[in-house]
Amino acid sequence: MAGLMSGFHYTHAVVRGIPASLAKEALRSSQSEVDLAKALKEHEAYVEVLGTTLGLEVVELPADESLPDCVFVEDAAVVCGDTALITRPGAESRRRETEAMSRALKDLNLNIVEMTDENATLDGGDVLFTGREFFVGLSKRTNQRGAEILADAFKDYAVSTVPVLEGLHLKSFCSMGGPGLIVIGSSEPAQKALKIMQQMSDHRYDKLTVPDDYAANCIYMNLPNKGHVLLHPTAEQFPESAKVFEKLKDYMLIPVSNLEKVKVDGALTCCSILINKKANV
Amino acid sequence: MTTEAGTETEVKEKAEESVAKPDQSEKATEENQEVANAEGEEKEKEKEKEGKGIGRYLPTWLKKQKSQSQTSPTKEVPPTEEADSKVPQEEDEPAPEVNGHAEEVEEKEEVKEKEAESHSTASADTEPAKEEKVEESAEKRPEETRVTAEEDGAEEQKKEQQQQQEEVGGEEEGGGGGGKEGESESKTSIFQSPLRLVRKTKMKLMVCHVTLLEGTDFSCEVEKRAKGQFLFFKVCEHLNLMEKDYFGLSYKDSHEQTCWLDPTKEIKRQIRNNNWQFAFNVKFYPPDPSLLTEDITRYLLCLQLREDVASGRLPCSFVTHALLGSYTLQAEFGDHEPDQPRPLDNVGQLTFAPNQNKEMEEKILELHKSHRGMTPAQADVQFLENAKKLSMYGVDLHHAKDSEGVDIMLGVCANGLLVYKDRLRINRFAWPKILKISYKRNNFYIKIRPGETEQFESTVGFKLQNHRSAKRLWKTSVENHSFFRLTVPEQPTKARFLTLGSKFRYSGRTQAQSRTASSLIDRPAPNFERTSSKRISRSLDGAPRISITEATSENGREPHLELHSDSKSPMRVHGDNIYVRHSNLMLEDHDKTQEDVLKHQASISQLKRSFMEAPPPSPPQPNQWENRLTSSPATIRIQQQQQVECVPQAEAAAAAAAADNDATSDTKEPAKTTEVEIEETVVVQEVSIAPKPGLVTVTTSSPAEPPAEQETLEQEVTVEKEAVVAEEVKAAKQESVSSESESEEEAEYHPNVSICHTQIPEEEEEEEEEVKMAEQDATAPDAPSLPAEVSRPVEATTREGEESRNEDAEEQEEEEQEVEKNAEGEKKAERETKESTDDPTMTPVEAPNGHAEPEESETGTGAPEEEEEPKVNGEASLFEAEHRPQVICCSEPPVVKTEMVTISDTFAAQKTEIATKEVPIVHTETKTITYEAAQLDGNGDGEPGVLMTAQTITSESLCTTTTTHITKTLKGGLSETRIEKRIVITGDCDIDHDQALAQAIKEAKEQHPDMSVTRVVVHKETELAEEED
Repeated sequence: MAGLMSGFHYTHAVVRGIPASLAKEALRSSQSEVDLAKALKEHEAYVEVLGTTLGLEVVELPADESLPDCVFVEDAAVVCGDTALITRPGAESRRRETEAMSRALKDLNLNIVEMTDENATLDGGDVLFTGREFFVGLSKRTNQRGAEILADAFKDYAVSTVPVLEGLHLKSFCSMGGPGLIVIGSSEPAQKALKIMQQMSDHRYDKLTVPDDYAANCIYMNLPNKGHVLLHPTAEQFPESAKVFEKLKDYMLIPVSNLEKVKVDGALTCCSILINKKANV
Repeated sequence: MTTEAGTETEVKEKAEESVAKPDQSEKATEENQEVANAEGEEKEKEKEKEGKGIGRYLPTWLKKQKSQSQTSPTKEVPPTEEADSKVPQEEDEPAPEVNGHAEEVEEKEEVKEKEAESHSTASADTEPAKEEKVEESAEKRPEETRVTAEEDGAEEQKKEQQQQQEEVGGEEEGGGGGGKEGESESKTSIFQSPLRLVRKTKMKLMVCHVTLLEGTDFSCEVEKRAKGQFLFFKVCEHLNLMEKDYFGLSYKDSHEQTCWLDPTKEIKRQIRNNNWQFAFNVKFYPPDPSLLTEDITRYLLCLQLREDVASGRLPCSFVTHALLGSYTLQAEFGDHEPDQPRPLDNVGQLTFAPNQNKEMEEKILELHKSHRGMTPAQADVQFLENAKKLSMYGVDLHHAKDSEGVDIMLGVCANGLLVYKDRLRINRFAWPKILKISYKRNNFYIKIRPGETEQFESTVGFKLQNHRSAKRLWKTSVENHSFFRLTVPEQPTKARFLTLGSKFRYSGRTQAQSRTASSLIDRPAPNFERTSSKRISRSLDGAPRISITEATSENGREPHLELHSDSKSPMRVHGDNIYVRHSNLMLEDHDKTQEDVLKHQASISQLKRSFMEAPPPSPPQPNQWENRLTSSPATIRIQQQQQVECVPQAEAAAAAAAADNDATSDTKEPAKTTEVEIEETVVVQEVSIAPKPGLVTVTTSSPAEPPAEQETLEQEVTVEKEAVVAEEVKAAKQESVSSESESEEEAEYHPNVSICHTQIPEEEEEEEEEVKMAEQDATAPDAPSLPAEVSRPVEATTREGEESRNEDAEEQEEEEQEVEKNAEGEKKAERETKESTDDPTMTPVEAPNGHAEPEESETGTGAPEEEEEPKVNGEASLFEAEHRPQVICCSEPPVVKTEMVTISDTFAAQKTEIATKEVPIVHTETKTITYEAAQLDGNGDGEPGVLMTAQTITSESLCTTTTTHITKTLKGGLSETRIEKRIVITGDCDIDHDQALAQAIKEAKEQHPDMSVTRVVVHKETELAEEED
């Protein structure tokens, strides 16, 4: 029976296919051409790592052509313990992404909490769960009300807000790299955000600073028989940052290519929702 | 020695007891199982009585002696003593805690006991009758009660009562020795319990009703003028609680607000009505309950948390509700019994959550099944392990508003202050980051230590509903800071000084002290009855004491047997202090505790040492110190606050306000801004004084550091006068008073971690404090000038001298308060000058460090200071205080007798701290409060009467504020009057501080020709943009 605060042990992952519309219609902060074929291949490899390499049970939702960004499932829901908060994404065009997600999570017997308040917006990409508390980035996509609803859904945990001045999401420049370890980009906004988080927290966090903000978005898990697992961007993509990850001892390091999806602001964490079913008491 | 003696006796007695009543205990046990509550209790009593067996035949005096002997040592070794005295008690009464009623009776009858003593009549079991009588008697007058008691002739009980009484008294004394001693207690002779005294005096007795955590009511009589402590100890006694520092008694004030009963003050004066109704609650939630030594403490904490959770005060998720509920079930009812017909019946009767429903109850039951085999104590531990992780665990919330009037919540907890807005944490101020806590009217302020990239402190203000709530928040903050962050509570300043506002301080033991004391607890785990046990007459409590093995394996299953065995188990070996702890769990915890404590203390002392050993006042060192502190949050910072004891001299301090010459424009602007902001009470904004026009207000959300600010150095000139004859000098201010501002409603508290003293100027909540001091602060701009200033002629009173300097000015709270008030009221730009450290020194120090901390500044000040400072930290403030003056750079004024030592601690202490900004509060009103207390009241504040005046004169370019405090002291038949004047001059233009000083001294002399000026202290606060950058 898991009490509070068991983090990073996952049994399931929810992912979603890439629609063809992603190449042209997906939202992006910079103008760039996405090679759909490469993107598909990348995603395939990503899912493979989760399912085959790591042995998670992967639930793959079908792509929806009318939802070009639907592959970025992270934004549609926040799952912690056995509670799933279905978000209300900040981008209007993405609101319907939650429907399929909600169904899928319900099928996994999670307690579903819907965000019905029309004044609230929340992208899962703005939610950083450290294992002990939440940080919610207040960004273009996430507002105060959304954060409040999240706090209401996960009452056990402190929920602190962090302004995201640059970048799309809070997790565009940070993520968890281990229990009590925050991987953070070296840009000024990123460092500033980290400081805020450290100030707001009763807990101590170590930081792992990587040269590239985008490289700070990793996926950390603690799996039985595998120990510390870190999915991080490849050396090809961020050579300098990759060197930093290499310094992590006792980690199972898995470089995952993300060259195409990054063009539409998709980072590693964006493409899956990780769930620990056994955590359900 | 004492301890050992006591122990042996106990052991013997125990052995005897066990021999005498083995059968009975068993019998009782069995019976207990099925008997209803009331019955169970009765039985218990009987048991007790029977158990007394041998004791019954002992002459009264013998018993008495024993307790006395225990008592006396107490004073010397307070913490240990407590433990000791309790042990014997328990042994005498196998299960005192078990039955609440019995105890009540005893307590009520205490008064009678004495008379009953003489009679040695064996009494049959008249308990039921007796009980009734007792209850009746409680309502009657004391005399009647006595009669009743005698009639009863229940000698046994009386004896017991006596002992208890005495023990209580002893304990109290012990507690007093520990630092919260009340006057009455100290007066009490060793051999007399307070109660006795009371009786002799024929004190009026009041019946107090205390709601315990279980929801039951405990009532007892206390002398009408008893202090909070007395009642609290009685309750703890009743509960058999030794780790009592985490708990407190609360009451509802006339506004239905829940307040903590101050142990050091008379109950009567706090409750202010005739409703002697209290509640026993957890006051400080231990961050790690597993470090508590005793199961009973954890149990009580559990009770509080169950209530917190059920009421919604401690929010948690569905799953957590269920999990906590399941542990509660396990603790109260033991293993889930599959054959139990309708398990849900139990569950339904209990409240686990505010929105409890069937689904949750089912979940609870489901989880309960998985706890099979867990002892109640273990279940409690699990409960606490989960509860402590909840984000709102131990957070005391207060409604407040930010500057824009937006509702927020301020949470006070072990780690600091939290700011919430609609459940979202929007800011957090850890204790180490907080330099000062203050409140003024309905505003609550915290001064924040500058961050790594910041140079100056900032002040954050919050608006509370009213003055009372601001004060309540302030008190809570002060107490939490003291308890969790200090190693030793600060000594209340003995009020000779100019204390503006209340001197409230946390009077109890700190967590560190409590842990140390707990580790010394040497008694078998006490038995205690759980709520359900009472209800169902089934007690599952861990018997684990008997043997570790048993405890682990069997506790869960056969609680009853164990229980009894526990109480009587002759586990003690003659002459040995060894006893077996309840369970493995406990053992581990215990060890951990000690280790941790040791580590903790080691690290602290190391810090202290290194700090103290560091070369004196070289500026860089302070930095190191600071850096260390800052770098590792875990480390505790030791700050030194100095309290200066006032010698019976009157001090007049003239401070020349710092004027900025060059920086004037810059400096002032910032100051103004600051004030403005403060006035607005900007929530979560950081007010910083920037060299440029500005304060930078940073939104809370972004903890960005404010640009470099310029700080002003303040110099205070303190002129002390000694008056041989007691004169009441009222501070007469000759200056035209445009506005006088006094702070009645403010209080400040400087949280210095390491130091025992934090000075907390409070409002004068209690007008019993009377300190009069006339202070004149002249803020002198130049740091270097301090010495020079001192040397000035006494006669010349200079009021205004302002120079600009860069310094992190540390402020003394009091001074700050005053200054702030005055200044604010009239001029916006005032950097309150509060403390003067050597300016030069200070500046360098601060400058080097990005984060200059007030403390450091002190260090930086001068070698002499440093030396003293260490002392301060380690020791009580008084001595330290004396040294501080040096720090302040008070040299002796030529004409005046100079006593360096005399410098008021307050100032010194504050000086140590660097307060660049003060809370800007504008007081335009003029209040003159004259309070005279001829002598110290028995109450917590033993302060002489205080007369204070404050005047503020505003001219075009200068603002002059004069504050006068007059303190009268009776020393050995001589009454002395000390006048302290503080003059704060703030201005945009250059101020000739020399002139101001001269003027101030002159005036002082003129006003009080028969007095002499003994000390002049000048604080300058100047902002120099140049220096800093």
